[in-house]
Amino acid sequence: MYLVALASSINCAETDLTAEFRDQFLLTYQHMLLSRVLEEKLGSLYRAGGRIVGGVYLGKGQEAFSAALGVQLRKGKDIYGPLIRDQAGRIAFGEPIIDTVRTYLGAVTGPMRGRDGNIHRGRPKEGHMAMISHLGSLLSVVAGGLFARRLAGRLGDSIGATSIGDGGTSTGAFHEGLNMAAVEKLPIIVSIANNQYAYSTPNTRQYACENLVDRAAGYGIEGVTVDATDLASCLKAFRAAVIRARDGGGPQMVVGTLLRLAGHGEHDDASYIPDKARQGPSARDCLQVAEDYARDRGWMSSAELRELNEEVRRNIDQTVSKVSKEPAPDPFKENWQALSCAELVEGQHEA
Amino acid sequence: MSITYLEAIREAQYEALREDPSVFLYGQDIATFGGAFKATKNLSKEFPNRVFDAPISEDAMVGMAIGAAVEGARPIIEMQFADFSSIGFNQIVNQAATLFWRTNVPCPITIRLPSGGTAGSGPFHSQSMEAIYAHYPGLVIVTPATVEDAYWMLLDSVKLNDPVIFCEHKFLYYHLKADQIGDRELPIGKARIARPGRHATIVTYSAMVHEALRAAEELQLDGYQIEVVDLRSVKPMDTDTILASVARTGRLLALGEAFPWGGVTAEIIARVTTDGFHLLDAPPMRLNSKDTPIPYHPNLWKSHRPTTSTIAAALRRLLRN
Repeated sequence: MYLVALASSINCAETDLTAEFRDQFLLTYQHMLLSRVLEEKLGSLYRAGGRIVGGVYLGKGQEAFSAALGVQLRKGKDIYGPLIRDQAGRIAFGEPIIDTVRTYLGAVTGPMRGRDGNIHRGRPKEGHMAMISHLGSLLSVVAGGLFARRLAGRLGDSIGATSIGDGGTSTGAFHEGLNMAAVEKLPIIVSIANNQYAYSTPNTRQYACENLVDRAAGYGIEGVTVDATDLASCLKAFRAAVIRARDGGGPQMVVGTLLRLAGHGEHDDASYIPDKARQGPSARDCLQVAEDYARDRGWMSSAELRELNEEVRRNIDQTVSKVSKEPAPDPFKENWQALSCAELVEGQHEA
Repeated sequence: MSITYLEAIREAQYEALREDPSVFLYGQDIATFGGAFKATKNLSKEFPNRVFDAPISEDAMVGMAIGAAVEGARPIIEMQFADFSSIGFNQIVNQAATLFWRTNVPCPITIRLPSGGTAGSGPFHSQSMEAIYAHYPGLVIVTPATVEDAYWMLLDSVKLNDPVIFCEHKFLYYHLKADQIGDRELPIGKARIARPGRHATIVTYSAMVHEALRAAEELQLDGYQIEVVDLRSVKPMDTDTILASVARTGRLLALGEAFPWGGVTAEIIARVTTDGFHLLDAPPMRLNSKDTPIPYHPNLWKSHRPTTSTIAAALRRLLRN
């Protein structure tokens, strides 16, 4: 049953499987693996208690869809606005895992310097936007970056990309942002990971159209769906979307169907997901699917996989151990200034 | 030759566009049409491809400005009415206001809010939003009361490397005129003594400065000299100038057009009683609008907001104490 589902989902013609595609597939797989193992480590640190102050939000099951987009983007050239379950995409975009670990541990050395945590991180000047918790609100921000570049005559072939889930598509910000990006014909990829549940709320309580991709027509943009458990299909879909966006095709919607293989956060056991869904085709583990795919084609041996796994674990352990020794933020060294213009900062009048 | 408050806002945008190629304007009906109030009249002609009509999407308008600012642009966003900025509230207070603190990347955007009441405008085209935004760290809130300030503070706002909420008062758009725009006198963050006095201080901002000045004239007939402090920016608030004024007069009336709960006038009172309690000869007073939505009919509207006569009455009570 499992094998049948796997075979039917692979809609990449074998002729597409050029050496370049193989290399991108294997590279993306490595990003996925790194993401999975890193998140497992973060989960265990959370459960052990003490090290991670806030929550931990995992992208388990969404690595293929997330990384397949991230790997298309060029850091320093493209603008990426990832969301909660995009650890794999961020790695693929070029975010070093030390940024993740430092942000989760609240280290002062990290990009957020303990001022913000976990998934709320980025380096905007490098094109990695730092998400806020309000879903859909990054879409217009990424669009604005592209708009400004075009205005300044330096858009070139750069594109933007941002992610959202099924739940986030219900927000006004998502609608406003996507409509505006469509009106301005901006080269932006909007990936929608339809993981069936927004926290605990099922799709039936989230939207009433048959498929989220139906909405693309309403915005006057192109949209495709993809089996998001299948890396090969994801890569193919995002590669094509990126080409269309670069060619002036405006925003591109890519809807991936999958199931979140974790809770909303590590505090959540996801008991609301019924067994039937857990056994359905969307519940396949994309990492396993990708692994099988590569092994079946002789792209990777079991020994190589083992070796890669060990290397990834070593890398993560070393990173966590290094960051653990780094200083936590010191409230007495914090400047407590929310404005960049120091002369306009208030606060001298506290009682 | 004279220039109105509204024309000063247009001229400041003209100047900002002329001075700096990274400035652009984004807002509803602001391109060919020139804006609902004509604050951007002809700018799209004078600066092709720098002035854009936006879809009716206040959230996306602010979001796009933030993204553009990260890329080095200095966008000016026009909200058609301050009231509608509530739709962009999340982007303003959570995205724009936190960006620098979270990521060390400044967010130089200016959001123009046509604010305050005019007769017949009703509950959703009359609001004063300055206190709402001032509550959030990471924003600068300016509230010009004069033609010069409308011009210079808008230019200063665009140059500032932080998000600015520019509250321009619609009541002053056409009524308020100056012979010419004088030199830039004060930076953002400094209050101005609009009228010197020694018996009581009114601290206020925006259109209420002019009501306060008229009330002060009225009280002069009774022999009282009322000092009027124009805050110019409500955040940062120039506490030093407020305290110095109260030190001279011993009496304080905090005046604002916004709703009474909390807000700028409460902040003024809090600061003066905290830092200058010993300067007060009488309990400080507050005067705001009534605690209802802003009414449509002029009869109701005139009684909803503070006016020269209610301010004068409040001053008389304050002086009796």
